[in-house]
Amino acid sequence: MSVLRRLLSSPTGAVGVALLAVIAVAALSAPWIAPGDPLRIAGPALLPPFTDPALPLGTDRLGRDVLAGLLHGARTSLIVGIAAAAAAIIVGSLVGTIAGFAGRLVDEALMRVVDAFQIVPGFLLALAFVSVAGGSLSTVILAIALSAWAQPARLVRAEVLSIRERDYVAAARVLGMHPVEIALKEILPNALPPVLALAAVIVAAAILTEAALSFLGLGDPNVVTWGSMISEGRNVLRAAPFLSVIPGIGLVATVLGVYLVSEAASEALGRGGRP
Amino acid sequence: MTAPLLIARDLRRTFASGGRRVAALDGVSLEIAPGETLGLVGASGCGKSTLARVLTRLVAPEAGSVHFMGADWLKLSGSRLRAARRHMQMVFQEPLAAFNPRATVAGVLADALRIHAVVPKAERGAEIARLVDRVGLPAALAGRSIRNISGGQRQRVAIARAIAVRPRLVILDEAVSALDVSVRGRILDLLVDLQRETGVSYLFVSHDLAVVRAVSHRIAVMDAGRIVEEGPAAEVIAAPSTAVLGRLIDAVPRLKGKPQA
Repeated sequence: MSVLRRLLSSPTGAVGVALLAVIAVAALSAPWIAPGDPLRIAGPALLPPFTDPALPLGTDRLGRDVLAGLLHGARTSLIVGIAAAAAAIIVGSLVGTIAGFAGRLVDEALMRVVDAFQIVPGFLLALAFVSVAGGSLSTVILAIALSAWAQPARLVRAEVLSIRERDYVAAARVLGMHPVEIALKEILPNALPPVLALAAVIVAAAILTEAALSFLGLGDPNVVTWGSMISEGRNVLRAAPFLSVIPGIGLVATVLGVYLVSEAASEALGRGGRP
Repeated sequence: MTAPLLIARDLRRTFASGGRRVAALDGVSLEIAPGETLGLVGASGCGKSTLARVLTRLVAPEAGSVHFMGADWLKLSGSRLRAARRHMQMVFQEPLAAFNPRATVAGVLADALRIHAVVPKAERGAEIARLVDRVGLPAALAGRSIRNISGGQRQRVAIARAIAVRPRLVILDEAVSALDVSVRGRILDLLVDLQRETGVSYLFVSHDLAVVRAVSHRIAVMDAGRIVEEGPAAEVIAAPSTAVLGRLIDAVPRLKGKPQA
C-alpha cells in the first residue's frame, strides 16, 4: 500500500495514473455514451468535428461516429494490452522459474526456445501468426503474447538464479519442503517485483502492436480499433486529417500513461518495496 | 555409551577458486552422540560452513560417508530424504536472510508443522503459540512479519522453526555471531534449556571459542579443511596441542591471563 502512495506522490506517477484513469473510464462508459454498434452508419459522411452536437467528433468516410469509435477502440486497446501482457507475464514467469530452478539440462533447453523467440522480431512473429491463424481478437492477443513472453522469462530466470542461492531457500530445503512448493512459494513471489515493472512496458508494446496489426488490416474486422481507424482515415488524410489524428491522440495518451506509471512504479519499488 | 547419532567419515569437497581447486573439506570425520553438543571452531574459511552444508545435504560431498540415525544419509533422495530431513535441522548465521522476506512468524512455524504433520491440523494454532512461548517470545509477535521484529527475536523464531519438527540434531552455523552480546547469552541459555528438555544434539559451529566453550561438551578444531584437534571441551582448551587452537585461545581475551573463578 505504501508503494501505491509513493506511486501517486511522484508527478510522473500521478500524471500517468490520471491519464490511464480517464482512458479506463472512457472505455468502461462506452456502451452508455455511445450505445449500439460503433461500426453502424450514424450520419452524413466526413462530417468535421464540433459541428453537430449529436456527433461531436464528426464522422468518417462511411458516416460512422468517430467518438463512438474512439471510446469503443479504447476498450479494444486496453483489453488486448492487458490480456496479452498478462498471458506473456504468466507464461514467461513460469518458464523462467522452471529454467532457473530446475538446473542445467532443462534450463538449457528452455532458454534455447526463449532465444528462438527473441531472435525473430516480435512484430514479424505476431504478423505471421495472425496472417496464418486469422484476425479474431483472441488470435491477436495470442500473437502478441507469443512475441512478448521471452523477455519476462529471461528476467525471471535471472532473478530466480540469484534468489535460489539465498539462505531462506536453503532453510526451506533443510526443512524438507517440496521443490515445487519452494519454487512457487519461496522463490517466485520474490522474483516478481522487477517483472511487474516490465509488465507496463509490455502492455504499452502490446497496444502499439495491436494498432499496427489493425493498421495493416490484419486485426479483427468486427471490432473497432484505433489502428483500423487510423488506417481508414489515411485515405483521406489531406481532406479530413482529424480521422487519423483523433485515434492517434488516444493511442499516444494510452501508451504515455502506461509508460509514466511503469516509470514511477519501478522507482517506487526500487526505493523501498524490497528489503 | 549409546551408539552415535551421526557418524561422518572422510568427507571431501573442493571448490573452484580462480581456476584452482581449493579443498574446503579435506577428509573430515566426526561423531555426535545423542544429547551431546559438539562445538566446531576454526578461523574464517577453514571449511566449517561447508561441513555444516554437507551434513544438511545442501552441498554434495565428493567423497566420504555420513550415517545418521543408523541410515546411510547420503543415499537418501526425493521424498524419503525430505521426510528424513525432519530429524536434522539447521539455524543459519544471518537471521534476516534465513527467512522469506514475505513471511510472518506464525506462517514460518505453520510451514514446518504442516510439512512434517507434526501435530493434527486442528492443533496447529495451539502448537505455534506453544513454540512462540517456548523460545521466549511474546504471543502477540506471532502475527508479525519477520521483517518487523528485531535480530534477536528473529533468531529465536529460527530456533523455534528448527525445534518445531522435533529433530534429533540441530546444526547451528554461527547462530549467535550476528547478535549483540546481551542477546547472545540469552539465546545460548535457551539452547541449553532445550537440550535438557528434549535430548536434542547440537553441532555448534562458530569462530568464537568463548561461545563454543560455553555450550559444548566436546570441541573439534578445524583448519584448512581438516579437523586438527578434538576432545572434551575443558581438556582441549586447557592443553591446546596445535598452533591453530593456541591462536584461537589467544583471540579470547577473557580466557587468557585473567584468573578464572
